[in-house]
Amino acid sequence: MSTFLGLGPLTWITFLPILGMIIILLIPSGNDDVAKERSQNLFRLITAGITFLQLIIAILLMTAFNTKLVGVNDPSSMQFVERVSWISLTGLPIFGTLKIEYFIGIDGLSAPMILLTGIVSFLATFSSWHIKKAAKGYFAMYLLLVTGMMGVFVALDFFLFYVFWELMLLPMYFLIGIWGGPNKEYAAIKFFLYTLFGSVFMLLVMIALYFAVGSFNMFEMMDFTKYDTNSILYGMGGSWRLIAFAALFVGFAIKVPSVPFHTWLPDAHVEAPTPISVILAGVLLKMGTYGMLRIAWPMFPDAVYYFQTWIAVIGMVSIVYGALCALGQHKFGKRDFKKLIAYSSVSHMGYVMLGMASMTSEGMIGAIFQMFNHGTITAMLFMIVGVIYDRAHTRGLDDFGGLATKMPVYTGIMTIAFFGAIGLPGLSGFVSEVMVFLGSFRTYPVYTMISALGVVLGAAYMLWALQRVFFGKLPERWNKPWDPSGKLYKTDDIAPVELAALIPLAVVVIFFGIYPQPMISMMETSVNHLIEVVKTTGQIAGL
Amino acid sequence: MTPELLLNLSIAILIIPLLSFIVLIFFGKKLGRPAGFIGTSILGIDLILSITVAFVRLLYYPDAAMFQYKFDWLNVGTNSIALGVGLDNLAAIMLIVVTLISFLVHLFSLEYMREDKRFPRFYAYLGLFTFSMLGIVIANNFLNMFIFWELVGVSSYLLIGFWFEKDSAANASKKAFIVNRIGDLGFLFGLMTIYLTYGTFLFDEVFGSINAGILPFDSGAWMTAIGIFVFLGAVGKSAQFPLHVWLPDAMEGPTPVSALIHAATMVAAGVYLTARVFPMFTADALLFVAYTGALTAFIAATIAITQWDFKRVLAYSTVSQLGYMVMGLGVGAFTSGFMHLVTHAWFKALLFLASGSVIHAMHHAMHHHNEHHMDPQDIRNMGGLRKTMPITYITFLFATIAISGIPLTSGFLSKDGILAGTLAFAQLSGHWFIPVAGFGAALMTAFYMFRLTILSFHGKPKTHIASHTHENNRFITFPLVLLAILTFWFFYSFNPLDAGKGWFHSVTQTPQIATPHNLMFDFMVQNDQAEPSSNQQVKTFEVTHYQHHHSGEHHSYRSTLEEYIHHAHTPAMILSLLVAITGILLSFIYYQFRIWDVDSIVNLYPWLYKGSFNKWFFDEIYQATFINGTVGFAKIGAWFDLNIVDGVVNFMGTLGRGLGKITSWFDFRGVDGAVNLTAWISKRLGDIFRQPQTGIIQAYLVLTIIGLVVLVYIFI
Repeated sequence: MSTFLGLGPLTWITFLPILGMIIILLIPSGNDDVAKERSQNLFRLITAGITFLQLIIAILLMTAFNTKLVGVNDPSSMQFVERVSWISLTGLPIFGTLKIEYFIGIDGLSAPMILLTGIVSFLATFSSWHIKKAAKGYFAMYLLLVTGMMGVFVALDFFLFYVFWELMLLPMYFLIGIWGGPNKEYAAIKFFLYTLFGSVFMLLVMIALYFAVGSFNMFEMMDFTKYDTNSILYGMGGSWRLIAFAALFVGFAIKVPSVPFHTWLPDAHVEAPTPISVILAGVLLKMGTYGMLRIAWPMFPDAVYYFQTWIAVIGMVSIVYGALCALGQHKFGKRDFKKLIAYSSVSHMGYVMLGMASMTSEGMIGAIFQMFNHGTITAMLFMIVGVIYDRAHTRGLDDFGGLATKMPVYTGIMTIAFFGAIGLPGLSGFVSEVMVFLGSFRTYPVYTMISALGVVLGAAYMLWALQRVFFGKLPERWNKPWDPSGKLYKTDDIAPVELAALIPLAVVVIFFGIYPQPMISMMETSVNHLIEVVKTTGQIAGL
Repeated sequence: MTPELLLNLSIAILIIPLLSFIVLIFFGKKLGRPAGFIGTSILGIDLILSITVAFVRLLYYPDAAMFQYKFDWLNVGTNSIALGVGLDNLAAIMLIVVTLISFLVHLFSLEYMREDKRFPRFYAYLGLFTFSMLGIVIANNFLNMFIFWELVGVSSYLLIGFWFEKDSAANASKKAFIVNRIGDLGFLFGLMTIYLTYGTFLFDEVFGSINAGILPFDSGAWMTAIGIFVFLGAVGKSAQFPLHVWLPDAMEGPTPVSALIHAATMVAAGVYLTARVFPMFTADALLFVAYTGALTAFIAATIAITQWDFKRVLAYSTVSQLGYMVMGLGVGAFTSGFMHLVTHAWFKALLFLASGSVIHAMHHAMHHHNEHHMDPQDIRNMGGLRKTMPITYITFLFATIAISGIPLTSGFLSKDGILAGTLAFAQLSGHWFIPVAGFGAALMTAFYMFRLTILSFHGKPKTHIASHTHENNRFITFPLVLLAILTFWFFYSFNPLDAGKGWFHSVTQTPQIATPHNLMFDFMVQNDQAEPSSNQQVKTFEVTHYQHHHSGEHHSYRSTLEEYIHHAHTPAMILSLLVAITGILLSFIYYQFRIWDVDSIVNLYPWLYKGSFNKWFFDEIYQATFINGTVGFAKIGAWFDLNIVDGVVNFMGTLGRGLGKITSWFDFRGVDGAVNLTAWISKRLGDIFRQPQTGIIQAYLVLTIIGLVVLVYIFI
């Protein structure tokens, strides 16, 4: 792909939203209602336009992507690389020279995530369509968030990665804290502090690695011949290396989130507005597992080899425990629909962990594929909850029933999403789940068999929710139209703008359910290389 | 026709109902009633194609191995997973079974579902189901099987819950899906072990590797386990004990659905799967299969005896008959087990459609007479329907005779074969429980089926509604008549007493078991395998000819079991006839002529009656243990998460805030206090020094003078 205005496609895809943000900030909101309406319209059109452009670039990138190049720890086979020196200071005390590069590129590990981010951030703008409160701030923050996410997936310099990682926190904090539900401040602060807590670990490890290799370049950090012999991280299988890996792992596991670091997620989801829940579940959670694959695994292959079993156990516990908690939402607490889906996310991200620990082609590819599929399917689920919440202003599982008669099209779409989450063949979730199982069974037969219980529990909590909300008789309070004035919603069924967000996702879910090979080809080379790196290093280290 | 063409046609047969689904789900609402006719015509085309394909396969290639088409679905770089379709004799026969019954149900529903507000949707779902079911039929590998396995589960879910406004229907559909998922979990374990060991899902490759002596984890126990794992899938789908509880509840779906899915085809998919993977069963696995089937056949029959709901009797009868098929396969009477699948499909579909006909007529009569509180399915409200609905009665009677196992019917041929198989198996292995359960179930089957017939069709109408019923129109009676014709023996074998020489047996012969000899029953070892030959690796699907010696009565058996089955044939026939007639006679004595009183037995053994009537409390036991257990765990989990896991997080937060408070107190009182103290001191000092600053000139003058005096005093 060629450059445009001297900048490569990855720079464009990452910083386009910043451009959009600046434009939005420059447009006055207006004082009277008419002007406000007009400016709001402009804001969301700009956001939709920018994210659409991003999606187009992402799709073009995928078509130009060479599936034969390995990437991972080989800088020469990264694709769409852009590299310039960013900060370069010499003669500093302690640090000596500080060299930070603007170094971006993608390989088979990040390509699916770029596509996912493109899809989800574009479609989530449709869920933001009815945001009225401080629309200017909202859309500006939204675009800043998109840049942060995209940046995490393209960065190849650890420092740059860290900057994007933290950059994404800020808008997220405000998006939950200002546009969220009744308990938004608590949820926003919890989210912010918890993630920051994890980042501190990451920062420490990053600095330790910098002292070992004298650069923030990820590839140099993966090259063990470059390590300073005096560094505590020198020497395969050393205890400091294990500690560093564990710290890094916790930092990422908070983001995933893995049990027991997951409790910020239900709160954040419950309080966040619909589009932010969509982004949170659709993209943000994947940053944790992506970070493991991009940084923790190749930089500490010896430690991965050492901790492999524990990671699988964490995956297993997340799957079963998350599913049980989701099932428990039917009987316990406020019976919040969103909370149920939040716990189902914990469970489904457990599959990713299990697959990543398996160190088999099927398991690892299944894990990345599961990241993608969970992104699309859970995005659908949150949008679906958003649809009724916007109308009924409640999400209680007990407050509904019989919606299938009132909203047949909506129910149809919802059925696809629910069965996608259950892992029905023909939908993408099945392919990744089965791949994870087939792969991890090779390495951990017993843990995999226990994890497979999640399949039954998953069906139980999903179908339970389906029945409570959609089947049975419609409660009398919902007998009248949602919007008698007909201003906001012309019909009782799902609105066109909501369909515009849901149908493309449904198409993606069905397409990759039937024909998953394009996605698998994209990551196959890189994943197999990563497995080889971990395995050979682990064997050399004699762990 | 070449094998390639046959395969392509099979794929077309698979895809056509899917097209029906897609068209009707998107445009059904606009189409309205024509949607039903479109769906039915599409299925008609599918049926014609199926018949063509099946006939060509069975007539021209009866001995050929499975025709296969496969392609790499997933390629992960180090390994690839293939999907594909295959056509062999079993699949060919099943193609006809599925499409014919599906077609008849489509036809039947044109009248039965006429007034339903979601009529087009119903046809869309039927299309989806037929597609999924055909996918199972022509799968040539485990993964395909599993994929369509789950898809039939969903179509079944959608159709059971078709009237989702009713809580009972929504509950039943959920129960069906989840119970099936439990069985599927076993199937999934099987898939994982198979993939781990053989790196492929293709039937012929897997069986070939087993034949070559490759065992999972090099262990015979694991070989048994794989068989049982895969069979667990069948336990769920074919409603075998202990997962049989979903099927009776599934009767909440519309009756045509019960006929198609929950009687004839989908529930038989488990039996089909068991037949498909027959070569990989070890002796222990087969024993497991046989016992499961025998228990199911027996337990379900004991429940069916006391039920009052027309469809429920039939549902338990289905469970019991499925148990029969599974038992047949388990004891090695492969052909008869599979044959029973086919014959049962016809007569059980007929029984359900006839029950649909009755319920439809009852409904209409109720509607006519403004009666809304009666249960149209309760046989206590029926009686005398023989006169008002003669076609339904006659066809129902045909099916009843067939299921009871009376000669000249299809049911006799297959049932007799299974019972002979159980006898032979018991003789060879000593497991006498299996034939006892088999014959016991046969007795009860004859009894409860005639009880049902007598109570609903014979005698005098018990309600005025029943006396005002009318025979339904041709959409309903045509399928009944056609299915009734199929209950005759000559479709399967010209000899009405022995199917062994019929065409059906010659095209569906017992496949060779591929597991090593030390894991097999020695009486199942087949002669051509017992003599080691050079090219014996993949013989699983090659149907070796049953060696006919038409001169005299000399037989050459492929295994000891076959020899014993042959010899057990006559005693089994006599015995099964005896029990069937006993059952029928008892039924007439109790219900038609009322010579003996039923209540006397009920009063004699009240606990027996209570147990049977309450389905041996399976639902209650499961509710109390598994469901409440899981929900309890879930509750504890949710509580634990909210209060303990998150409690720790919040405690950390509180701790941080507490520390902050202490620090801020210290900062405010201590650090800032010191600063303020300094300020306070200077202020106080300032206050002191401010006192003299009165602004009065005279005072200043006085002070100046005093100062001067002091200075002078000091310095001088």
